Amino acid sequence: MNLELFLVQLLNGVSYGLLLFMLAAGLTLIFSMMGVLNFAHTSFYMIGAYFAYQLSVWIGFWAALLVAPLLVGVVGAAVEQWGLRRVHKWGHVPELLFTFGLSYIVFELVQVIWGRAPVPYQVPSELDRPVAWLQAAGITFPQYRMFMMAVAILMLGALWLLLKRTRIGLVIQAALTHPEMVEALGHNVPRVFMLVFGAGCALAGLAGVIGGNAFVTEPGMAGSVGAIVFVVIVFGGLGSVAGAFIASLLLGLVDAFGKTSSASLAGLLSSAGVELAPQTFGYPVLSMTVAQVAPVLPYLMLVLILIFRPRGLMGTRES
Amino acid sequence: MTVLGELHFKPLNFGRWVIWGFSAIVFIAAPQVFDSGFARALLSQMAIMIIFALSYNMLLGQTGLLSFGHAVYSGLGAYFAIHALALIGKGSLVFPVSLLPLIGGAAGLLFGVVFGWLTTKRAGTTFAMISLGIGEMVFAASLMFPGFFGGEAGISGNRTAGGRFLGIDGLSFGPDIQVYYLIATWTFLCMIAMYALTHTPLGRIANAVRDNPERAEFIGYDAQRVRWIMMMLAGFFAGVSGGLSAVNLESVGSGAVHAAVSGGVLLAAFIGGVLFFFGPILGAVVFVFFAFALSEYTPAWHLYLGVFFVALVMFAPGGLSSLLLLNLRVARLGKFRRLRDPYVGVLGTGGLLAAGIALLIEMTYHLTLGIGTGSSVKVFGFPFDTTRGESWVFGSALVAASGMAFEYMRRRFKREWDAIAIEIEDWRRDNPEQDQ
Repeated sequence: MNLELFLVQLLNGVSYGLLLFMLAAGLTLIFSMMGVLNFAHTSFYMIGAYFAYQLSVWIGFWAALLVAPLLVGVVGAAVEQWGLRRVHKWGHVPELLFTFGLSYIVFELVQVIWGRAPVPYQVPSELDRPVAWLQAAGITFPQYRMFMMAVAILMLGALWLLLKRTRIGLVIQAALTHPEMVEALGHNVPRVFMLVFGAGCALAGLAGVIGGNAFVTEPGMAGSVGAIVFVVIVFGGLGSVAGAFIASLLLGLVDAFGKTSSASLAGLLSSAGVELAPQTFGYPVLSMTVAQVAPVLPYLMLVLILIFRPRGLMGTRES
Repeated sequence: MTVLGELHFKPLNFGRWVIWGFSAIVFIAAPQVFDSGFARALLSQMAIMIIFALSYNMLLGQTGLLSFGHAVYSGLGAYFAIHALALIGKGSLVFPVSLLPLIGGAAGLLFGVVFGWLTTKRAGTTFAMISLGIGEMVFAASLMFPGFFGGEAGISGNRTAGGRFLGIDGLSFGPDIQVYYLIATWTFLCMIAMYALTHTPLGRIANAVRDNPERAEFIGYDAQRVRWIMMMLAGFFAGVSGGLSAVNLESVGSGAVHAAVSGGVLLAAFIGGVLFFFGPILGAVVFVFFAFALSEYTPAWHLYLGVFFVALVMFAPGGLSSLLLLNLRVARLGKFRRLRDPYVGVLGTGGLLAAGIALLIEMTYHLTLGIGTGSSVKVFGFPFDTTRGESWVFGSALVAASGMAFEYMRRRFKREWDAIAIEIEDWRRDNPEQDQ
């Protein structure tokens, strides 16, 4: 692999990893605050993409970039207020099942409204070109990917500042660990929950706005990224934002490099001097290239971390 | 509710014999009453789903493990069974077709041992996520190894390949009625086995691990091992259901290990209710009705199923079985008459509301999907023209009016229901010995 290709794959991996982290961050925040694993989180990612598509038809991409995540946040807050809060009294399993049912409904509603085929949600023409300064160095990398990374980093930086440097952030952090005390001090904790849930959904929606046109906007998009995001948060350690960050980047890089690598076990053995013939036992598995097994790599990583470190990278021991 | 009451020695539980005898009669009589080919296919699917949903409930209801990857065990079981069936067809394997579910079960058990060791390392939410990951991994692998999984077309076999069953002429599992009775026999046996399991020390300690793993460990049980063993057994029964579906459909594709199957069994078990043994049986019947009967009429059946599921999670998390038992208790105490009018009101207005919403959804779906098949869509037998404003005004007005009426009726029902619930609580407090 030459240097140019390596750099392109690196940038691809990092941009995908940052997108994953935008999803994983909201999911982790909601989980550590409410103890609810929001199964429908990537459904909000999908809603964000579809809203952005529809709004970009009506009012253009740049306005949609602002409006669509806000709308998704409102939808999320409404779901918390009228759905999740009612289920809360039954316990955590019904809460998880509620979000599972919600993901089912969103999957179907999207098909009712926008049909089963992918919608033509496209990258804005201003950004639909390679990055000029990289082009000069002989590297072709789409400008939109750079834009994605910038939005993700800005968004996550703003989130960090909000949580660590503002009064609202202080209340949210306190409500994470001591909800009764925060309530006793006169804060409306259920409303804080609603805001956090809405904000997490808005973050997922923003990821959908910038991810929907970089990839494909279709009804299956929530399911395909959903399983990966759950791998990210289990791999990083449930409830740990730092762990989710490392895991997101790692999975993004594995995805980018895995898809293009043609290395295989048979190739490795033959470079070590062992030649395999098609009749050797297990040849179909040994001759498989990394690109062919790329779809299972995230899950293999999940299996490996479960064997060697069951609580995840940065997770705390299960109580 | 006293402990002493439960410890009485009851060599013959008359009620239990009546219930099991009755369900055996239902299994035998059902295909005679509903004798169309479609109905019999539906009944076979229901019976298979009953095993699958009960095996799922061994995890969710009895051990407290919420799994999003149960299709792994049924699907791989189905694959091993169909490969065995194909080998029987080629003559390279001698094995009775009627016992093929055992091969599926053995495969389910084996994968339960392997994956169960991994997944049961963690309980709770993490278990749910890991089971989802394992499920996705197996599905991704099924697309990678076309040799075993058969690629797009899947693997097929011929269920009559084994020849005559027990040497009886004409009994070869070719006709659907014969295959139904084979499935029903297996279902009945599995139901008994799974019910018996709930009464073994293992079944009881699984309940303890579900309710309080820490206390279970304090009295000397390894919670993880209990979960693992339950996972293996659930894998076995799921594999049996997969093997039966391989015999029934004579072909297995990679859809058998897809997340949709795992989600489906979760819906089925929960709709029926996970608190009682018979809940998933009820749920399997309702689910198959949705999946196979309703899907004949509307492409949006997933949506209706999802809304039904979410409504149950929100208002009756015990599922249909607990609703049924709550109403039976009201009826036993002679208070059902007071609920009759509120019930008529709620169900009537609720039915109208559901019809209105379904009308709007069907018209929208017709517009997004059915371009080219004309502008008219039939809902409940009536044609509605989707291009005309009146249809939409009518649908919206129906939803608005029946929605308001439903809300009024719902409040009236809730008042009466809550009043009765308080009376029953008072009665239970005063007569603790009568409440069993």
